[in-house]
Amino acid sequence: MILYTLAIVLFLVGLYGVLVKRNIFKIIIGLAVIEYAVNLLFALIGYRYGGAAPIRTQGMPQDTLFVDPIPQALVLTAIVIGLATTALIAAVAVRIYEKYDTYDVRKIRKLRG
Amino acid sequence: MNWLPLFVVVPLGMAFLTPILSKWLKWFPDAAANLATGSAMALSIVALPFAKATTVYFVGGWMPFNGVPIGIHLVLDGLTVLMLLAVNLVAFACTVYSVSYMKHYTDKAKFVTLFLLMVAGLNGVVVSGDLFNVFVFFEITAIACYALVAFGVEAEELEASFKYQVLGGVASSLILLGIALFYWLTGTLNLADGARVLAQKEGNPAVFFIGGLLFTGFGLKGALMPFHAWLPDAHPSAPAPVSAMLSGVVIKVLGVYAICRVFFNVLGVTPALLSVLLVLGVVSMTVGVLLALAQWDFKRLLAYHSISQMGYIVIGIGLGTPLGILGGLFHLVNHTVFKSLLFLNAGALEYATGTRNLKRLGGLNRKMPVTSGTSMIASFSIAGLPPFNGFWSKLVIVLACVQAGHPIIAGWAVLGSILTLASFLKVQRYAFWGELRETWARVREAPAPMCAAMIALAILCLAMGALLIPSVKAAVLDPAVEVLTGGLSYASKALGG
Repeated sequence: MILYTLAIVLFLVGLYGVLVKRNIFKIIIGLAVIEYAVNLLFALIGYRYGGAAPIRTQGMPQDTLFVDPIPQALVLTAIVIGLATTALIAAVAVRIYEKYDTYDVRKIRKLRG
Repeated sequence: MNWLPLFVVVPLGMAFLTPILSKWLKWFPDAAANLATGSAMALSIVALPFAKATTVYFVGGWMPFNGVPIGIHLVLDGLTVLMLLAVNLVAFACTVYSVSYMKHYTDKAKFVTLFLLMVAGLNGVVVSGDLFNVFVFFEITAIACYALVAFGVEAEELEASFKYQVLGGVASSLILLGIALFYWLTGTLNLADGARVLAQKEGNPAVFFIGGLLFTGFGLKGALMPFHAWLPDAHPSAPAPVSAMLSGVVIKVLGVYAICRVFFNVLGVTPALLSVLLVLGVVSMTVGVLLALAQWDFKRLLAYHSISQMGYIVIGIGLGTPLGILGGLFHLVNHTVFKSLLFLNAGALEYATGTRNLKRLGGLNRKMPVTSGTSMIASFSIAGLPPFNGFWSKLVIVLACVQAGHPIIAGWAVLGSILTLASFLKVQRYAFWGELRETWARVREAPAPMCAAMIALAILCLAMGALLIPSVKAAVLDPAVEVLTGGLSYASKALGG
């Protein structure tokens, strides 16, 4: 139970970073932390305490307890997607710095709300 | 129905061929874009007769085992067909339009690649019957959209794209968290199978939490009112054909369609959800139109109207009655057509004059008759004047409100429509009527492909009132409404096929 709670705490830490920090790169790191927290929680959901790796080999008893492999596959996909989004947002952040000469979101305000 | 994956495969394949082949063949990006979206549109028309039944395609041939799904399912039913028609029709109009429009941007091949990725993602979201697969297509669409919003790489566009990416990233994580808990609760990712499992776990508080996470995620992507902050920046910043897709299609597929599918067909509709939808709808409709009244940037004004019109759609669906859902879905397809047309008009104005500030335009109806005429049709459609399509769908929504016992909401909807009319009379007055300014004496009408796309959409604005004719309605709209009113029977249909 404590692991699940810690994953949720990690999620909230990331959310805090996105909502409170003013530096563009700290916001990006916050987003990444949120992603990692969700991935961690997803992987934990598939974990079975004392479970074996989900590969059936010869001579294994019928009632062997396996770890659920589906969340692992999904998390792998989610990590790749996360890589793409992080790379894109970091690239945009660099271009923003070239245009505005600052990483402070309070000073990046050419659009009227 | 072996061709169901083609909706994703054709645009995706073209998206990958374009950057390779365009190095040698200069004409390839335009041809690829039009071929891909054109054939996707043809396919969605071919799919129309299949709307009444539920067709399932098993990716990779992984058939269900003892009724338990193993692989990924693609599902085609009435709602899917309606959304596919809307997506691919507008996408085709936008690619025809961008043949000329995108000439003044530097790299057309990159634009076409991103645009087709977006179309592939949208089609994928609509045909997929698997929750995680939906998430993957969500992300394909979202990444393409982020990049397209920043396509001009000017300061404002980058800023808008950054804002969009931060909110979109949070939304994606919330959706993924919802999916993780959904899997934890049901042990499946298939929507139909999940609905069946959830039916046995009625009253489980976790369902409420999962619903909250997914609703917030989809609401953020679809720019419902408390989550709308990114939309008025992101939609005007993109090139015009992309704005047309973003406002016309993307917010509907990622927002309204996803909410409808997940809540009506899988998690189950509760009175609480319907009242949340109604309240959000009324707030979006009112605040969106009020903010739009004060805008002078043409595309920004349109973006605020998107929020407002999304409010109408959500009200219709939030009523929960068959008539209300009919009105909501009908307004959804209508809004797709006239809002894309308005964004294409704004693009044509910008193409010809270099500005979209309404105060600096004026008297252009003599110089740009096609743009002016089509934009008038679109303005009257969005304002809900008869005989244009917007009138019919708003009429159905207002009648449904009265029928469901919400006369006050009906009154608000009519008032919102009057404010919309005021706002678009302002657009017409400042951009097209009045004295022609000296500066614009040498302005010329937009090139032929742009005009063709605008005229086609304008004809649709006039013709789509015909969707209410009983026989046409039975073929197009009714199957979609039945999917939503049928609720959890989706499970048995999508598993039995």
